[in-house]
Amino acid sequence: MMTMNRILAGAAVALGLATGAFADGHEKTKVGFVYVGPVGDGGWTYEHDQGRLAVEEHFGDAVETVYVESVPEGPDAERVMTQMALGGADLIFTTSFGYMDQTINVAGKFPDVKFEHATGFKQADNVSVYSARFYEGRAVQGHIAGQMTESNIIGYIASFPIPEVIRGINSAYLHAKEVNPDVEFKIVWAYTWFDPAKEAEAATVLIEQGADVILQHTDSTAPQAAAQAAGNVVTFGQASDMAEFAPFPRVSSIIDNWAPYYIARTQAVIDGTWESTSTWDGIAPGMVGIGEITDAVPAEVKASAEAMVESMRSGEYHPFTGPINKQDGSVWLSDGEVADDGTLAGMNFYVEGLTGDIPQ
Amino acid sequence: MIMLEKRPQPSRFWVLATPALAVVLTMFFGGLLFLALGKNPFETIRTIFLDPLFSEFAWYYRPQLLIKGAPLVLIAIGLSFGFRAGIWNIGAEGQYIVGAICGAAVGLAFYPLESFIIFPLMILAGALGGMLWAMIPGILRVKFGTNEILVSLMLVYVAEQLLASMALGALRNPDGMGFPGSRNLAQYPSAANLELISGSGMHWGVVTALIVVIFAYVTLSRHIFGFHVRLSGQSPRAARFAGVNPGRLILICMGLSGALAGLAGLFEVAGPAGQVSIDFNVGYGFTAIIVAFLGRLHPVGILLAGALMALTYIGGEIAQSNLGLPLAAIQLMQGMLLFFLLAVDVLTNYRVRFATGAAA
Repeated sequence: MMTMNRILAGAAVALGLATGAFADGHEKTKVGFVYVGPVGDGGWTYEHDQGRLAVEEHFGDAVETVYVESVPEGPDAERVMTQMALGGADLIFTTSFGYMDQTINVAGKFPDVKFEHATGFKQADNVSVYSARFYEGRAVQGHIAGQMTESNIIGYIASFPIPEVIRGINSAYLHAKEVNPDVEFKIVWAYTWFDPAKEAEAATVLIEQGADVILQHTDSTAPQAAAQAAGNVVTFGQASDMAEFAPFPRVSSIIDNWAPYYIARTQAVIDGTWESTSTWDGIAPGMVGIGEITDAVPAEVKASAEAMVESMRSGEYHPFTGPINKQDGSVWLSDGEVADDGTLAGMNFYVEGLTGDIPQ
Repeated sequence: MIMLEKRPQPSRFWVLATPALAVVLTMFFGGLLFLALGKNPFETIRTIFLDPLFSEFAWYYRPQLLIKGAPLVLIAIGLSFGFRAGIWNIGAEGQYIVGAICGAAVGLAFYPLESFIIFPLMILAGALGGMLWAMIPGILRVKFGTNEILVSLMLVYVAEQLLASMALGALRNPDGMGFPGSRNLAQYPSAANLELISGSGMHWGVVTALIVVIFAYVTLSRHIFGFHVRLSGQSPRAARFAGVNPGRLILICMGLSGALAGLAGLFEVAGPAGQVSIDFNVGYGFTAIIVAFLGRLHPVGILLAGALMALTYIGGEIAQSNLGLPLAAIQLMQGMLLFFLLAVDVLTNYRVRFATGAAA
């Protein structure tokens, strides 16, 4: 105890002399980001960080950004957020579903700090929620995947059984089935957003089970690499373009583009016009992007996929348009009926044709 | 030239001095690393080691040190008994999870009944759950001679799957709109492990950890069981002659470490974490192994080591957020700590001699 104290005390003196005063002017607007994965994951967190960098570039010296990566979804997240708020952050983006309760808790303690929680559903006076309609991108993936598969088995690496992920599975399946009635989905639940080893293993298992298309709802490029190693397996970039695996196995991608939203929200804080909102944007406003469809995809498939993107952009087509039955055969949407956002936000059922159960 | 000469007995001075020396070396080489990353090494070291204790916001961080350190100390103390006796329970993470599940299940079973008896029952269930999980490798070792290192480690992955299935199934919050995770125990007064004094960070887990440190100290230095543990580690043959039943010792050590890990899990799930969620565990069970060795398997040493580890975690987060240091650099520094400890350990058992050129 003595030794330790003396060392720490000695170090304190030495460091104090070396660094001098730490002046915190705090005139800039400070924006914090809490990430669930490493910024170099090449997927989800990478794109959020691109958004952060875009904010820095857009505002220059007027804004300072800070981030903490790989923050577990639990008490650690609450501490990181608190620490950012204490450190003078004016606006904090918490970029994972699992930060929901923590965001609400910390926001309650710092009424003057604005919070933005990605993919959640709990709002407060100083907590907005935002997400992207990734299911629109999933529809395009399903459309291409259904026509690319020869074994008629599509592997799906799912992360957690939350509505966000289930929506993606349903959307991809409906549109694969539409173009290929024999298609079958094999789903592996990885219970992680980012774990290259687990993701690679899941991909390998699916390939061994005959899947020749792999869709992923996890954030690393490991499944891409596994598919590349296996040879004749098609993949899609997830969250980020993952263009390093193009033109094959990666034939297209869903790209999250957070930059415009982050810039707009930061601007709102600077202007003092920030309000608690719920944002759910898709292809049309540009929050969801479809990465280049490579030449590995037959020209007519590519053309029809691009037409589909355009019809969603114009608002003409909604991926969940009836008739659609639930897995148990009961009617969900009648002919021509379009799903409402409330049901989509809480989606906890498979559509007809998918096999297996959602883990309960 | 430098020669190493084996000491007849481990040096008492170096046993105590090596951890401190390891910390100093870590600060030095960590500083070089931060310098190479373009950061001011003094400022970075100060941020990591001193800011949580002495900065402007230390009133928030000091309690957090207790919250982060308590489970580490609790688990490490349990492990230290086995480690001293040559019984290697590597699966504390799994026992931590099962303890949390069992304890939370008891609490949730009573919901929404309010009674003073609920929390004590949960504590009992948590300890019992962790103990039983640890008994599996213990009994297998005694009965069939299996390797407890492997079995206990593998059971961590089983426990993680169990955790996922509980968060999605049996313990899922029925009012949670289909999202995974149990009810929040921290919001259920009879089951909540809240701070005993608001803002102090002092919850029942911290109190228990401190009591356990004292008990462990007395047991190891004064009780016949402590003597048997130490004897078995130093000389199994002599222990046999002294009447130690190796099978029973294994079961006691495994059971004890499991029970303490289970307790740590229960206190975490009922307090800071609040709910059983899919990724409830964040690696305390593994970090505790480092803490146990860093603390020289001595109760007081473990207490200090747990505090130091908690410090680097919390300081590391501050450094990430305030100085933009990547997480990997922090983890590298934490790794250095163990590395240097093991490296300078040589001084405990060997004397360094500077021989003249003619010798050798």
